[in-house]
Amino acid sequence: MNNQQKWVAFSTIVRREIRRFMRIWPQTLVPPVITMALYFVIFGKLIGSRIGEMSDLPYIQFVAPGLIMMSIITNSYANVVSSFFGSKFQRNIEELLVSPTPNWIILTGYVVGGMSRGIGVGLIVTLLSLYFAEFSLHSIPVTIGIVLMTALMFSLAGLINAIFANSFDDISIIPTFVLTPLIYLGGVFYSIDLLGGLWKAISLFNPILYMVNAFRYGMVGITDINIVGSFAMVGLFSALLFTVALFLLEKGSRLRS
Amino acid sequence: MKQFENNALSITALTKVYGKDFEALKGIDLQVAPGDFFALLGPNGAGKSTIIGIICSLVRKSSGSVTIFGKNIDEDFSAAKQFVGVVPQEFNFNQFEKPLDILITQAGYYGIPATVAAGRAEKYLKQLGLWDKRNIASRNLSGGMKRRLMVARALIHEPKLLVLDEPTAGVDIELRRSMWAFLKKINKQGTTIILTTHYLEEAESLCRNVAIIDRGRIIQNTSIRELIKKLNKETFIIDIKDKIDVCPEVVNYPLSMLDASSLEVSVDKNRSINDLFKALNEQGIQVLSMRNKANRLEELFFDLVEKNLVSADGEASDE
Repeated sequence: MNNQQKWVAFSTIVRREIRRFMRIWPQTLVPPVITMALYFVIFGKLIGSRIGEMSDLPYIQFVAPGLIMMSIITNSYANVVSSFFGSKFQRNIEELLVSPTPNWIILTGYVVGGMSRGIGVGLIVTLLSLYFAEFSLHSIPVTIGIVLMTALMFSLAGLINAIFANSFDDISIIPTFVLTPLIYLGGVFYSIDLLGGLWKAISLFNPILYMVNAFRYGMVGITDINIVGSFAMVGLFSALLFTVALFLLEKGSRLRS
Repeated sequence: MKQFENNALSITALTKVYGKDFEALKGIDLQVAPGDFFALLGPNGAGKSTIIGIICSLVRKSSGSVTIFGKNIDEDFSAAKQFVGVVPQEFNFNQFEKPLDILITQAGYYGIPATVAAGRAEKYLKQLGLWDKRNIASRNLSGGMKRRLMVARALIHEPKLLVLDEPTAGVDIELRRSMWAFLKKINKQGTTIILTTHYLEEAESLCRNVAIIDRGRIIQNTSIRELIKKLNKETFIIDIKDKIDVCPEVVNYPLSMLDASSLEVSVDKNRSINDLFKALNEQGIQVLSMRNKANRLEELFFDLVEKNLVSADGEASDE
């Protein structure tokens, strides 16, 4: 395949992925918006007004960046894991596997599809948050950078999950038992300065903590941890996941017999 | 079989071992000439789908080499894949997508821009009678339409080699005949076709050359014409006018009764059937009609597979 053909193959996968989540928008776009609206009402307005300030910010301003990041993480992951596993389940992944499309293009195509949904939902949730709180962007490069890298990392993780999955149970285990606890314990709702020494040290092993804090820094200018360290951590994880995902595709694990 | 400079397909010493010790293919050698219409026959589990899986890279071979129009699938993966279109046995498209989208997307995977793909999709959907259904969800198509959609999808990048894994399994006679006509037409236009099938009648009426595979080995690789020449017996069913109670006996014609008004007989190829009619007439039995018991090729196929089974058992007991 020449470069032009590779570009056509890549854009075909991305277009198909975007078409898929737009076609089923009541399942992909509406639920996260409703969930986040409830979070804003309950944690931001009702409970938040009683909490007062967190890290010198009104609680709704503190929690909003975390909630936006939460929707980006879950939607990037969910898009790739469900789309790729769905293709495996219906066996239409074979359409791609018999074609000359290189594995790295298959990988980047699915990942960009996942990022599109993650960022799209993130944007909708950001617009929604403006109804509940006022923001002024502290750092546009940090905000955009961390959003892109987070969406990338969780799209890659979703793809790896889908490659290994043999049943629909297998694609819900990681989000339920790993992703959700990591998000809830990743500083979305509280500053880790509230935690004691041991729990604070344990929290530092949670990659989501770095993403949420970097994003919060980009939006409102406060963070519990070093921003450069956050980018390094997310970059390192993304590189590792990209290598693993590409290796699995090249090897044909659970895809070719 | 003749050797060609650039065979459409050239398979050498191909093996496939599933798990630790299940040998699905035991050293397959196969050549298919450009423009051929080639049948790959064999009972279930013989290794036909494994060969097809390896050709289109859904199955990883254990050893051996596969070359498609001179391009080795290990060394020139991308070029080799451009030459092949595959129609699998089972439906493997996204049932929620529309036929037109499925075709344009598939073309995209081969690097064909959507503008070019749209024209080709129209051409193949029209040829296969699916144009009216282009914008409905594929899950709403009938079984035969789904199968034709897979043929259109396999042709969208205009491959030189089309591989079909039991393309007419489970479809009605009318559709089977129309599919045959379509395949004959694209073969005439230059596309090399390899098909696996259980319908031996299909191989006999479509294909020029045939390989019979059993237990991972090719046990016969020749032209259909040569294969049919090897038939030395045919079995006929004879319907008689008056009912009989006892099976008549005729020398050299082993007769058996199917019921009171029909007989079965196995006749050597070089023996005249007239003598049988004469002998039956002398015994006061009048023949109303006569027909072949089974497809001729089918008989030979079972004969070959049975012989292979006996020799495989022999090898096993020697070990």
